[in-house]
Amino acid sequence: MIVFESVTKRYPGGTVAVDHLDLEAPKGRITVLVGPSGCGKTTSLRMVNRMVEPTSGRVLIDGADTAASPPAALRRGIGYVIQHSGLLPHRTVLDNIATVPLLLGTDRRRARSRAMELLERVGLTPALAKRYPAQLSGGQQQRVGVARALAADPPVMLMDEPFSAVDPVVREQLQNEFLRLQEELGKTIVFVTHDIDEAIKLGDRIAVLRVGGRLAQVASPAELLARPVDAFVAAFVGRDRGYRALGFAAVSSLPFEREETVRLGEALATARDRLNGGWVLVVDAEDRPQGWLSEDGARLAAQETVTEDALNLGGTLATEDGSLRELLDAALSSPSGRGVVTDGEGRLLGSISPSTAVRLIEERSSAPAGAPGTGEEA
Amino acid sequence: MIAALGRIPAQGGQSPPGLLGYFSAHRTEVLHWLWWHAWLSVLPVLIGLVVSLPLGYLASRRRWAYPALVSVSGLLYTIPSLALFVAMPSILGTKILDPVNVVVALSIYTVALLARVVADGLGAVPEDVAQAATAMGYTPLQRLAKVDLPLAVPVITAGLRVAVVANVSLVAIAATIGVPELGQLFTNGFQLSSTGPYYPPIVLGIVLCVVLALVLDLVIVLVNRALTPWRRTEAHR
Amino acid sequence: MSNALTWLTDPVNWQDQLGTPGIPTQLGNHLAYSLAAVAIATVIAFPLGLLIGHTGRGTPVVTFANGLRALPTLGLLILLYVVVSPHISGRGDAPYLVPTEIVLVLLAIPPVLGNTCAGVQNVDPAVRDASVGMGMTGREVLFRVELPIALPLVLSGLRSAVLQVVATATVAAYVGLGGIGRYLYDGLAARDFAQMTGGAVLVAALALVLDGVLAGVQRYAVSPGVSGRFGTGPAQAGARVAEAAGKASVPA
Repeated sequence: MIVFESVTKRYPGGTVAVDHLDLEAPKGRITVLVGPSGCGKTTSLRMVNRMVEPTSGRVLIDGADTAASPPAALRRGIGYVIQHSGLLPHRTVLDNIATVPLLLGTDRRRARSRAMELLERVGLTPALAKRYPAQLSGGQQQRVGVARALAADPPVMLMDEPFSAVDPVVREQLQNEFLRLQEELGKTIVFVTHDIDEAIKLGDRIAVLRVGGRLAQVASPAELLARPVDAFVAAFVGRDRGYRALGFAAVSSLPFEREETVRLGEALATARDRLNGGWVLVVDAEDRPQGWLSEDGARLAAQETVTEDALNLGGTLATEDGSLRELLDAALSSPSGRGVVTDGEGRLLGSISPSTAVRLIEERSSAPAGAPGTGEEA
Repeated sequence: MIAALGRIPAQGGQSPPGLLGYFSAHRTEVLHWLWWHAWLSVLPVLIGLVVSLPLGYLASRRRWAYPALVSVSGLLYTIPSLALFVAMPSILGTKILDPVNVVVALSIYTVALLARVVADGLGAVPEDVAQAATAMGYTPLQRLAKVDLPLAVPVITAGLRVAVVANVSLVAIAATIGVPELGQLFTNGFQLSSTGPYYPPIVLGIVLCVVLALVLDLVIVLVNRALTPWRRTEAHR
Repeated sequence: MSNALTWLTDPVNWQDQLGTPGIPTQLGNHLAYSLAAVAIATVIAFPLGLLIGHTGRGTPVVTFANGLRALPTLGLLILLYVVVSPHISGRGDAPYLVPTEIVLVLLAIPPVLGNTCAGVQNVDPAVRDASVGMGMTGREVLFRVELPIALPLVLSGLRSAVLQVVATATVAAYVGLGGIGRYLYDGLAARDFAQMTGGAVLVAALALVLDGVLAGVQRYAVSPGVSGRFGTGPAQAGARVAEAAGKASVPA
């Protein structure tokens, strides 16, 4: 566990970057520091590994005051990932990952074999081992950055906007893999971002900081969306919070209805017979939904059978054990007005109407207080 | 630095006449040498610029041309100036004392330095600006004249400053093979010192060379400012 | 030119004779004066450049050293010769050698100092930050990270120092120093243009060879990750794609 005890950072000019911060980052969890620029989130993070020295207050890691150990030794025991990877351009990917073990005196061969292991663990092919950082894409560089931070197997990791400099698609991949990795490793992580959506997606706990380095609120993502403490946090968390909060509300038992389907390759005549409200759901041989076929589509199709190019692909899919947000979105986006629900393997279970989805949301709102917290692990 | 050097004749002040005395006694020659020195420094830069612009443009547009330009200019830049001054007559068929040797040799250095700078400057025009100009319908030649070249001016003038300051020092060396310019003050001082140190011409030469270099540098800075009004407004914001 | 070739290929010129050293001896002298000056300058300027670049303190020293470049080298050479040589009642070349070496060292310092300092200062702040964050000490950051990344600039500073020194050592023959410059000035005095041109060719060749050797050292010593020479084949194509992707992903 990392504990900030009334930590203040005041710069010589008089600027206060962090003001009496009290915060705990629990063991094995991801604690996200989020806030607008100038809120002192990066300064707070850098005070953990003494890249910045606090003016007053203490930072404790597992009860030990960080000020007591020499900075370099302290840092070798803490993983550190930054926005622009900061990979050493003159060293190969493998040697970059092995940096900290080598600093700690591990022999080269062991350090390299460990680095090789980590390379695969962060989802990179071993063929990249001998490349130099300049030969990698931005996303690959960030993966190497994460592998490098993990190399000495530190219990604590500090991550400063590690996914901010990559494009949205790659960012989402990296975030998902990061969550998967954390599930295996259970590190104590402090994560800085300016992106509230990233905070909500990744954080077990979120600390919102305001300009001037004061803590505004610490809460689980669901709680933050449901109960922002003041206007600043509410504005920072942003619009659509009611809708986004549904993302943390799991659905236990779904009252979905049976949906008539037609398989790809079946005769159009069969499809026409099964139209319901002008639409029929098309599935593949394994019962996985492929799209909706409309009455017009069935009439105007060039072939005699159901083909993919005649389908409307507008609807999103909800999974059985997904969130209310997913369910509502599936119902609202479906051209037929019926949201498609699948099981974990993507096979069709049935459909649900927008009104049923809304009824589920209403039932949740009337549930006893504390319910938002149940979605915390989502 | 100038002030420090100015003190030296005071130490050796016993040898009459002093710096100013020497200057007034040799005013006509010294001004003549200064004039020549300025010409021999500036003319190669002008010739070099005219040659470098098309070369640099070519190198910025053709993939093969850039590495070729870099290696050839690197090679030319390696040759010591005195060697080039001395070798010129057998290449050009001129006399050893002909100032043309100096002008041609220094033009070669200027091209070696500047062609690469022009290529880099034209290549450094931001991609979005270049694309926008093309999208608005500039022909390649119009784009060069109206967009790329003006934006490359600060880079090119930085190269010109290096070239002109280097030239002032290199021109002086030609005095050792007899070309008349400010370097004559050094060679004269050297000969007059054979019996005992005699500083005035040497110090006068150093001062005039430094002043000439600073003045030429300043002229380029002013031209750069005049050609790039948008950078001035940025600085004042 | 053909006269110069005759002079260069005449075996007589390649042998030491009474009072006149042959080409190999003068080449050796020239090389010795030049390398000694560059070595002394490097011993002074390289550590100083590393220190200034690493700490960010003392940059006025670099600015001052760069300002020295505006001084005319011939003027400096003759001034120092006139000032220093009367105080040296040494034997042989010493009255010429000492002032010349001082000027050559002064000339070689600015490029080595400036480039070393700039090379260290230009290291990507993110790389420095990550290195400190991983637990490197100041010394480790300097020698394991900043120096290897600064190496191309350091070596190109050394290359331009060598070129300037070799060129100026030629001019130093004017005040009486040995070396290849002797052929240029002695040839001029004797109206022996073959000897002059031959000397010019020799000194140009010397400069080219030295620069080539250092270019080779640079190629060998600098990490491909810094120089961008990743070798040929698919890796390089990959690099270009990666680079494009990297650029595209950085927000404007």
